[in-house]
Amino acid sequence: MQLAQVVGTVVATQKSQRLDGLKMLILRPFGLDGKLGSGYLVALDSVGAGLGEVVLYCTGSSARQTEATKDRPADAVIMAIVDTVEVGGDVKYQKGKT
Amino acid sequence: MKFAWVIGTLVSTRKAEGLEGVKFLIVQPLDERRLPSGEPYVAVDATRQAGLGELVFVVASREAALSLDESFVPVDAAIVGIVDDVHAPLLPEEE
Repeated sequence: MQLAQVVGTVVATQKSQRLDGLKMLILRPFGLDGKLGSGYLVALDSVGAGLGEVVLYCTGSSARQTEATKDRPADAVIMAIVDTVEVGGDVKYQKGKT
Repeated sequence: MKFAWVIGTLVSTRKAEGLEGVKFLIVQPLDERRLPSGEPYVAVDATRQAGLGELVFVVASREAALSLDESFVPVDAAIVGIVDDVHAPLLPEEE
């Protein structure tokens, strides 16, 4: 899984019917140094992530292993909202603080 | 499967159904000489015993979820073993 920050949302009324009812969020890689990386991706949301939150997402066919994305054309899904990231004993991210 | 070092931990209380009680660890991927190569990422700890600094091996993609009790979970990387020893005499020294 990868760390990312929710930086935006995508609304598409004309889309595959198999994507109906699913929230699509724009993610940017979140580095262990707390800085945002380059690049982005659009991921489906299965845990109610909000703008600005640091999340964990998984890709590939694992992304279809949630009730919300089962049998849907999904290759990236947000599957956790991060509370704390600690590397080598230092807290690199603490929800609500950093 | 690939070698990795456990370099950190990640706590998440709001996560996908089925991941209750599953521990997330941050790992640094390694090359065949166990030197860091590539960006760190997050894996579930299917062994439930991997600690900071330990050399582990990780299974990726959808099969990662099969390492957990509940396998219908959105997981694409799982620590499935803690390495005691590597014996690779035929591995060429330097490229």
